[in-house]
Amino acid sequence: MSERKFDRFMGTQKYIVSEPLQNAVNVAIALQRPLLVKGEPGTGKTLLAHNIALGLDKELIVWNIKSTSTAQDGLYIYDTVQRLNDSRFGDGDVSDIKQYIKLGKLGMAFTHSERVVLILDEIDKADVEFPNDLLNELDEMSFHIHETNETINAKHRPIVVITSNSEKELPDAFLRRCIFHYIEFPDETLMEEIVMVHFPEIKTNLLREVLKKFYLLRGINEFRKKPSTSELLDWIQALIAGGISYEEVSDEIPFLGVLLKKETDYEHFISKGAEASRA
Amino acid sequence: MFTNFFYALRRKKVPVSITEWMALIDALSRGFAFSSLDTFYYLARSILVKSEGYFDQYDSAFEEYFGGIETSERFRDEVLEWLKYPVNRIELTENEVPQLGGGFDYLTKTHQQKMMEMRERRDGEASSFDSYDVDPERIRFGGTSIYKSALQVAKERKFRNYRSDVVLDVRSFQTALKRLRRLSRIGPEDELDLDATIDHTCKNAGDLEFKWRRARKNAVKLLLFMDVGGSMSPYAKLCGRLFSAAHAATHFKDFKYYYFHNCIYDSVFEDIERNEFTNTSHLLNTLDSDYKVIFLGDACMGDEELTMKYGAIYYYERNEVPGIVWFQRISDHFKRVVWLNPEDLSEWNHPTIKMIRRIFPMFELTLEGLDAAISMLIARY
Repeated sequence: MSERKFDRFMGTQKYIVSEPLQNAVNVAIALQRPLLVKGEPGTGKTLLAHNIALGLDKELIVWNIKSTSTAQDGLYIYDTVQRLNDSRFGDGDVSDIKQYIKLGKLGMAFTHSERVVLILDEIDKADVEFPNDLLNELDEMSFHIHETNETINAKHRPIVVITSNSEKELPDAFLRRCIFHYIEFPDETLMEEIVMVHFPEIKTNLLREVLKKFYLLRGINEFRKKPSTSELLDWIQALIAGGISYEEVSDEIPFLGVLLKKETDYEHFISKGAEASRA
Repeated sequence: MFTNFFYALRRKKVPVSITEWMALIDALSRGFAFSSLDTFYYLARSILVKSEGYFDQYDSAFEEYFGGIETSERFRDEVLEWLKYPVNRIELTENEVPQLGGGFDYLTKTHQQKMMEMRERRDGEASSFDSYDVDPERIRFGGTSIYKSALQVAKERKFRNYRSDVVLDVRSFQTALKRLRRLSRIGPEDELDLDATIDHTCKNAGDLEFKWRRARKNAVKLLLFMDVGGSMSPYAKLCGRLFSAAHAATHFKDFKYYYFHNCIYDSVFEDIERNEFTNTSHLLNTLDSDYKVIFLGDACMGDEELTMKYGAIYYYERNEVPGIVWFQRISDHFKRVVWLNPEDLSEWNHPTIKMIRRIFPMFELTLEGLDAAISMLIARY
């Protein structure tokens, strides 16, 4: 590990990474480019950043993007209202603009004394122009504060992870600068490993039965929303808590509501899927 | 290095730029591919391809470029050619000869060595493998080698369903429809206008004076006409998805939808059973011309249904005005109208499709088609 100069991510105890993803992370770190992660909901996009931070022992800065987020929010905010208020009611030194400059998440990541992991969660939630507005800042890892005529340079280039749910197309210029990884839905072997990490005590025959049922549900294409990993884990937790044996799981699907969240899917399964599961 | 792979990707319409290519070369020069084709597959994909929509094209380009190594016919022929001469067989041990019938795999394994020698003898002669850093025989003959697995992955083409030119689910329709927005300031004045507040406060010599403004809201109004029944039945599910996406979208200022069968005449239907109806002329009179109009239909019908008086498929409709005139009126009234057609592009030489295309811009009901249609709907003049 030490023979390479950059940090290498190998996954963590609680988070199983496929080799391609592991490579993508390490390439992104080495080439100092943002890592763009896409994938079905519930495949652990956001958790990835948490675990990169954990695995590399770095601090994590989370920037949750909302539909109202602007690039400026991430850099800094000049709190004019506070200043106005202070000037009226005489708290603090109004002539010092610096104290009214509040750094955003990106600013915090740049000024941090150590290298941090920065996650821009669900970047596609924001306005279509949002990623473009951040191009330069992410490229050069610096920005300028007009009010104080200061330039903030990143002391240590943060490891940037960006997640997207493909709600909006991301601009080409932005994509060109990223390393991209699409987290595929885990296959049965990988899923077994994932479950074992979370429930090391689980009985083999229960696990086998659970996975059989789970992939059977995933195989039904008529579902509006297919159950995902996080729902599977919830389900297993419910099964263990309820003391359900594997025979019961093989006969029917207890706590179906944990797996199917849409009414139409639920009804569809009750009417049609039930026969298939018995077959 | 691998420059032709770059062009193979471009040929497959994967949008790869020089910047990304340079980044890949950079990564390769730092040894990230670990001299393995398997790692290279993922490495190159993560750097060059930025949407799972292009994974399929990437796979097919990868197979095209690197797949040749595995299945090169020329090499297979060479091996077989070499074996044709009995003199070569002398070199085989007695045990090996009967196994010759045991299949190509065994054969190739045993004679790997021979092939290497043959290649050396051929030195100077241009080989199709010279540009690769990998040893072709190893790739080709190693039944379980790591090399093959990258190609297997590529060959599986399991991302075929992610291609953006295939039709997707409700969510993807929603995503596309989300682009149908034009923000303008409407509604109550309930947003603090900071700049104006500061301006006015300054003018007031520091006495706070709040200024408010209207929030930005989407001003787009959508009108959807859907063809139901008959030839549209195979597409019912697909159209249903588009409909539910439009219906679930809360960002439209107004959303109206009507049904028709094959063609529009004096009236359109308010429900799918075609019980309640609204006069088409009423719609034209009451709806502003800034409604964005989407037609959803296969545009396939009998010529007379489109062009003739009394041509309607239901005789009780007794249309005095041919359908095509109604289409023309709709096109004249609304500024932005598009037609989405679930029929495959290859079917578009149907006479009524041709006629309707002269009136409305028509797009395929795929994600790409929908995107193009929506760009047209929101384009400014």
